[in-house]
Amino acid sequence: MKVESGLKYTKKDEWVRVEGKTATIGISDFAQEQLSDIVYLEYLVSEGDEVAKGDEIGTIESVKAASEIYSPVSGTVTALNEELLDTPETVNSDPYGAAWMIKLELSDPSEADALMDAAAYEKNVAERDS
Amino acid sequence: MAETTIYDKSSPGRRGVRFPQPDVPLTKLPESLMRKELPLPEVSENEVVRHFTRLSQLNYGVDIGFYPLGSCTMKYNPKVNEAAARLPGFALIHPLQPVDTVQGALHLMYELQEHLKEIGGFAGMTLQPAAGAHGELTGVLIIKKFHEVNGEPQRNKILIPDSAHGTNPATSAMSGFKVVEIPSDGRGNVDLEALRAECDETLAGFMLTNPNTLGLFDENVCDISALVHEAGGLMYGDGANMNALLGIAKPGEFGVDIMHYNLHKTFSTPHGGGGPGSGPVGVCERLVDFLPGPVVVAETIDDGFEMPFYRFDVPKYSIGRMKAFHGHFGMMVRAYAYILAHGAEGLREVSEYAVLNANYLMHKLKGVYKLPYDRVCMHEFVIEGRWSGIEDIHALDISKRLMDYGFHPPTNYFPLIVREALMIEPTETESIETLDAFAEAMLRIAEEAKTNPEILHEAPHNTPIGRLDEVQAAKNLILCCGLPTQYAE
Repeated sequence: MKVESGLKYTKKDEWVRVEGKTATIGISDFAQEQLSDIVYLEYLVSEGDEVAKGDEIGTIESVKAASEIYSPVSGTVTALNEELLDTPETVNSDPYGAAWMIKLELSDPSEADALMDAAAYEKNVAERDS
Repeated sequence: MAETTIYDKSSPGRRGVRFPQPDVPLTKLPESLMRKELPLPEVSENEVVRHFTRLSQLNYGVDIGFYPLGSCTMKYNPKVNEAAARLPGFALIHPLQPVDTVQGALHLMYELQEHLKEIGGFAGMTLQPAAGAHGELTGVLIIKKFHEVNGEPQRNKILIPDSAHGTNPATSAMSGFKVVEIPSDGRGNVDLEALRAECDETLAGFMLTNPNTLGLFDENVCDISALVHEAGGLMYGDGANMNALLGIAKPGEFGVDIMHYNLHKTFSTPHGGGGPGSGPVGVCERLVDFLPGPVVVAETIDDGFEMPFYRFDVPKYSIGRMKAFHGHFGMMVRAYAYILAHGAEGLREVSEYAVLNANYLMHKLKGVYKLPYDRVCMHEFVIEGRWSGIEDIHALDISKRLMDYGFHPPTNYFPLIVREALMIEPTETESIETLDAFAEAMLRIAEEAKTNPEILHEAPHNTPIGRLDEVQAAKNLILCCGLPTQYAE
């Protein structure tokens, strides 16, 4: 399992990359491993929508299970990775890169500070995985 | 694929039936209604019979072998129930017949309502819902209407544990409620602190499955009910796991206000293709007036006969009809026969043996397979299909390999809170020899995972077709069979 450094993580296995006021959101390598082969992805928000931390922003489905994706931070949706809808298997192959899902303009850039960093997330996963 | 479709067997001009010459004058259909081609397979009668008999022999069911599909209670379906359901007085009546001509059928429905009320500890019962999820919908609509009638429409939140069946949140969302997930604690019970934090004036209800999908009886169920009731919410019980409780505990007595039964699980009526299901819903006293109508009521008439007169009645605040006519009557006959055949003591034994069998299997497997919640289980238990140090063996591989040993796989990847979950429910109707043979197969597979993982990855080997590509099956739906080329033009 890969945990990319420099990102922030949630207990529900989303990652967020903060660059200035922009947050990019996806799901972690551990999450895609748990889900196994991804077959379907749907966004529950559109560009311009305001989302609060913890809101459902998407649904992801694998051959094993369906799961919600929650926003790790609050802000306004500025972009959705539409290409990923046609090739959801990219979540399996490149979860931290090409499989980014949603970009937000942060309403409170400090909000992400409360999330786990890579080391804390790795520890969190190891605890759950034991 | 080795199996051919009936179209592949078609040969032009071949037929199974020749119609006699008509003895009335022929009338031509209007040209606009005439089809130029009718692409039906052209086959002889014996080809049709062999084709479908062969396909039926590829099927697997409780009449073929052990079927430990967790949460589904795949118990044996006694054949005497089938005989009862086929009695002409039950099989040949029509739901629109005047009630005085079907008093026997209404008597059966009334008695079944009464028995199900007694078994679950409820004050009212509807037999209408067509299956479990339909029963949930009935129950959640009752919750909604109850709060509306009480002038509390702001109660729009339903709490659901993270171990719940997926139908619980789906039903609540479909009924217009906001769903909030409540985590489980380290023992597999509902986390009381998390529950307490959500008990506010928007709480409509809590949906609890007890025993839960880990096969564990929630030790705090009375505290849960008290918290929900104090906050003004209703307790919904998902009765999918009632096979653990018959004659032992009544959900109505541990605070459940509404519960659906699955007659096709607990009361031995057939499942799946042999169904249909049936999901009666029981309610506590204050919800009796909200039941879907009509329900069967008995009137004692002082006319010298002892039998009461039965008729249909629509409760005062009824949520309305949930099903055409009166539900799946044939299933009611089977369940009633099952209840009468067992009696109160027999039903208690059903649950005792269901729990005993599950614990027996759990103990045979638990040293080799990880048991994430190591407690005395109820009618089922959940183990993990993975071992540290053995990469790349998954629950799915174990399930597929079990088919090579002649067993139906357990439920896998559910509940979601257990990694690589294998959920095993043996039911009470299996012998110790069957349980031992299954345990033996599971232990051999665990050994194979270490010594010969490839045999698991490539399983099943002994079935008509091998491992299916589930990704393609999910992404690339082909829902119509392609017609052979001779019809394609």
